[in-house]
Amino acid sequence: MEIVVCIKRVPQTAEAEVKVDPSGRDIVKDRLTFDINEADSYALEQAILLKEKYGGSVTAISLGPAEAEDTLRIALAKGADNALRIKEEDFTPLDGYKTALILYNIIKDLKYNVILTGCIATDDGYSQVGPIIAELLGIPHATLVTELEIKDEKAEVVRELEGGLLERLEINLPALFAVQTGINEPRYASLLAIRRAAKKEIKTLGGADIQGEVKSLSVLEKLYVPPVERRAEILSGSMDEISEKLVQIIKEKGLL
Amino acid sequence: MPDIFALIEHRQGVIRDISYELLACARSLAEKKGVNASAVLLGHNTEKMVDSLKNQIPRIIVVDNKLFENFNVDTYQPVLTEIIKKEQPFITLLGHTAFGMDLGPALGTQLALPFTTDCLDIKIEDNKVRVIRQMFDGKLNAQVLLEDNPSYLLTLRSGTFPATPAQLNAEVQVIESPITKEPELRRFLEYIEAAAGEVDITKADIIVAVGRGIKEPANIPLIEEFVRSIGGVVACSRPIVDAGWLPKERQVGSSGKTVKPKLYIALGISGASQHIAGMKNSACIVAVNKDPNAPIFNEAHYGIVDDLFKVIPALKNKIMELKG
Ligand SMILES: Cc1cc2nc3c(=O)[nH]c(=O)nc-3n(C[C@H](O)[C@H](O)[C@H](O)COP(=O)(O)OP(=O)(O)OC[C@H]3O[C@@H](n4cnc5c(N)ncnc54)[C@H](O)[C@@H]3O)c2cc1C
Ligand SMILES: Nc1ncnc2c1ncn2[C@@H]1O[C@H](COP(=O)(O)O)[C@@H](O)[C@H]1O
Repeated sequence: MEIVVCIKRVPQTAEAEVKVDPSGRDIVKDRLTFDINEADSYALEQAILLKEKYGGSVTAISLGPAEAEDTLRIALAKGADNALRIKEEDFTPLDGYKTALILYNIIKDLKYNVILTGCIATDDGYSQVGPIIAELLGIPHATLVTELEIKDEKAEVVRELEGGLLERLEINLPALFAVQTGINEPRYASLLAIRRAAKKEIKTLGGADIQGEVKSLSVLEKLYVPPVERRAEILSGSMDEISEKLVQIIKEKGLL
Repeated sequence: MPDIFALIEHRQGVIRDISYELLACARSLAEKKGVNASAVLLGHNTEKMVDSLKNQIPRIIVVDNKLFENFNVDTYQPVLTEIIKKEQPFITLLGHTAFGMDLGPALGTQLALPFTTDCLDIKIEDNKVRVIRQMFDGKLNAQVLLEDNPSYLLTLRSGTFPATPAQLNAEVQVIESPITKEPELRRFLEYIEAAAGEVDITKADIIVAVGRGIKEPANIPLIEEFVRSIGGVVACSRPIVDAGWLPKERQVGSSGKTVKPKLYIALGISGASQHIAGMKNSACIVAVNKDPNAPIFNEAHYGIVDDLFKVIPALKNKIMELKG
């Protein structure tokens, strides 16, 4: 089974201070840490699990800056066979559609039975790149996948709907699956494997490798801190005072 | 005249709340632009659904066929493609839901429309369409200009556009399904209901919810002990369930449970929109987070900006003192 997995390197912003840079269209990145996008680490694990079960190979692709090669190396260390970086610098600015179009242009010439992506990238939050690639390739897709079984030329897939409800689908291969977090338990790469992966080749492709025009559908005009409609009353003072205040509030509500 | 279209979302025979939000948004955009708003309903045995939509919108386009009983991108997409090509609506609105995430980007691509996802606001000026959406874990808003085109497609975030009521009387237009065969490549098999689990967190008056800030599963007993002192149940954000530290039935949010306790204490939870969707109607929300810019503080009534591992023991001591 030939498997392609798309992984993105993203800034880890959940706990960090996020500042808009002077251009107004990007964030200040120098003090942020970067890592594989959360859903993509599950997609990568699923790719490796499929290979381990059915044989074949895993190709990991990332459209990103040179640093994305670190993320691809970890993918190689975990079990991907090939790694491919598409030079983001040749294509900026990017929106979700253009990203998908570029990935499509590379993937269409590869061998694949299954393509895996994450269901959302935490930096742009589009949830669109996977289904666009599938549509361009003319293959079926399913997003928010939480279970994936392959039987002959078909996949049995569980998708997550709202409120804990799930749906089961049957999809013919080749197909693209945008996986949701929690589908598996992503492994860690061993130090030995990381050292070995350091010597492996990462293929890079750029603007010259893509035929035809790749265009965006949208322009990011500005980034700004969301206006706050209702801000919490922040309890301040010593830890003793803070907890006293909170306990009083809870007591006043008749909950103690 | 180009319309504003809202795609009706239903599941197991019931119209989903997002549909009413889309209808209200479609009406308000149509009014501003001086055009009509229409609902598009693909379903089976749609009479009842049509009845409950009738006063919400001036026109409903209905395609009724067994094929549309359950959502399937491979049946919905070809039909919507035909309808949108023929009618050329100015904007087609979908929910940014499990349904809209599967359908929207593929449909937009097939129709070669400018589209984007998870919009919080839409501005139309001189035929230019701009949307506001969130980036970087909800820490920043982005204003995005879509490429000029006669027709657009947008998915809207649930719970963002209020489902204001209306008193209209829709003209119902029934059209034949352009497709009649089950799709060959993708088949819906069944729904799987969530397992009930041991504890029903939706029944609790007090919920103490932990997020990734709890760091490791070994810290959960500390929270359980605190919960015993205050009297309530432990719940959590999604990553805690993904990691297997707590069972799925404890998850609060769009893909978990919706709760409305008297008191919701969020510990080390950043406040992603999907989490907020499940707890924003709690009577009193207290958030403990060491990041002063965590979005959870925009939903909470009271906030403590500090390390939860300092706050919880102090709080527990106070409660024990009070209880004597
Ligand atoms: C389709 C879809 C459905 C989803 N459904 C849900 C859902 O139902 N429920 C849900 O919760 N999520 C859901 N998510 C995931 C959601 O987007 C977020 O990823 C998730 O809510 C983040 O969980 P968190 O706040 O625990 O973790 P993070 O975002 O990583 O935040 C951790 C927080 O803890 C704080 N912190 C760290 N250490 C400490 C400390 N010692 N003391 C105090 N604070 C600390 C940090 O400052 C940070 O704010 C869904 C996502 C998708 C795409
Ligand atoms: N630059 C990129 N390089 C590789 N894969 C990407 C890139 N951007 C998005 N993807 C894939 O598409 C998924 C969804 O991204 P998005 O539509 O941007 O939320 C991600 O989880 C990745 O699997």
